[in-house]
Amino acid sequence: MTQLTDTPFTIAGRDFSSRLLVGTGKYKDFTETGAAIAQSGAEIVTFAVRRTNLGQDADAPNLLDVISPKQYTLLPNTAGCYNAKDAVRTCRLARELLDGHNLVKLEVLGDDHTLYPNVVETLKAAETLLADGFDVMVYTSDDPIVARELEAMGCCAIMPLGSLIGSGHGIQNPHNVRLIVEQSSVPVLVDAGIGTASDAAMAMELGCDGVLLNSAIAHARDPLRMANAMKLAVEAGRDAFLAGRMPRRQNADPSSPFAGRING
Amino acid sequence: MSTPNESIQLTLNGEPYAMTAGLTAADLVEQLGLGGRRIAVEINEQIVPKSQLAATPLAAGDQIEVVHAIGGG
Repeated sequence: MTQLTDTPFTIAGRDFSSRLLVGTGKYKDFTETGAAIAQSGAEIVTFAVRRTNLGQDADAPNLLDVISPKQYTLLPNTAGCYNAKDAVRTCRLARELLDGHNLVKLEVLGDDHTLYPNVVETLKAAETLLADGFDVMVYTSDDPIVARELEAMGCCAIMPLGSLIGSGHGIQNPHNVRLIVEQSSVPVLVDAGIGTASDAAMAMELGCDGVLLNSAIAHARDPLRMANAMKLAVEAGRDAFLAGRMPRRQNADPSSPFAGRING
Repeated sequence: MSTPNESIQLTLNGEPYAMTAGLTAADLVEQLGLGGRRIAVEINEQIVPKSQLAATPLAAGDQIEVVHAIGGG
């Protein structure tokens, strides 16, 4: 069997073999988190930064005991930030938390009803973070013009939503995602809205370089099984994109030859 | 020089917090049982690197954030 090859998936100068990035939220416990993430094959794993619970048992397990910085490339995110200032503070705290690690997922949200990105604040935060030496993977709307601005500023990955965070509504505007893919020189990842494996495959078939998801695995009835499904879907979608799909036709086109039919 | 029992009021993770005067950020981290844990500290919106915690005295009114990693997407 021929060994099929692919160009490396490169983020901020580092090569990865998995194009699936996963979050660590909404799992039953850390055991399930660790098992699902291992099953997904993801190498880049995102997490949130929050105040420590004072008075809590200081010996309680920590997320980073399960998702070790030695094993995974950690991607701290700014989820829960509604303005540029909070997002920048959160990234600086994350960098201190991870001993100087510069890669972050920037997301600045507009409101808690939609969690839609506030692109004005996102652009402001990106400017400050890039000047401060961060490698910024940026969650944004599926607006190609905003995506182009973020790339021109120096963001290392553009991550349009497929649909609202946690909605599982899939990719609502594949045409915009394709426009972003076609114009971008940095990796494009669908980040938000993936509900099931076919959504992840669709993102990859559109030419995205990767997919970032969380709820679709964590909220599946069987998270481990869905983690595996997502791994395979991202691989299948990538291969389908590289293979180039057949042209669509108006009418049928038989797969078996007409010549030599016994009724010919 | 402050008397040994004098205490100062800080704001820690958004809540009022009383602490003996004359101590450092490293003392606070120890007092919280977080010594050696993977945390990050910010005082008055400035990061205090781990290496500087012991050299950072706390003052009345300081706004302190102590954060860690949690699950999120």
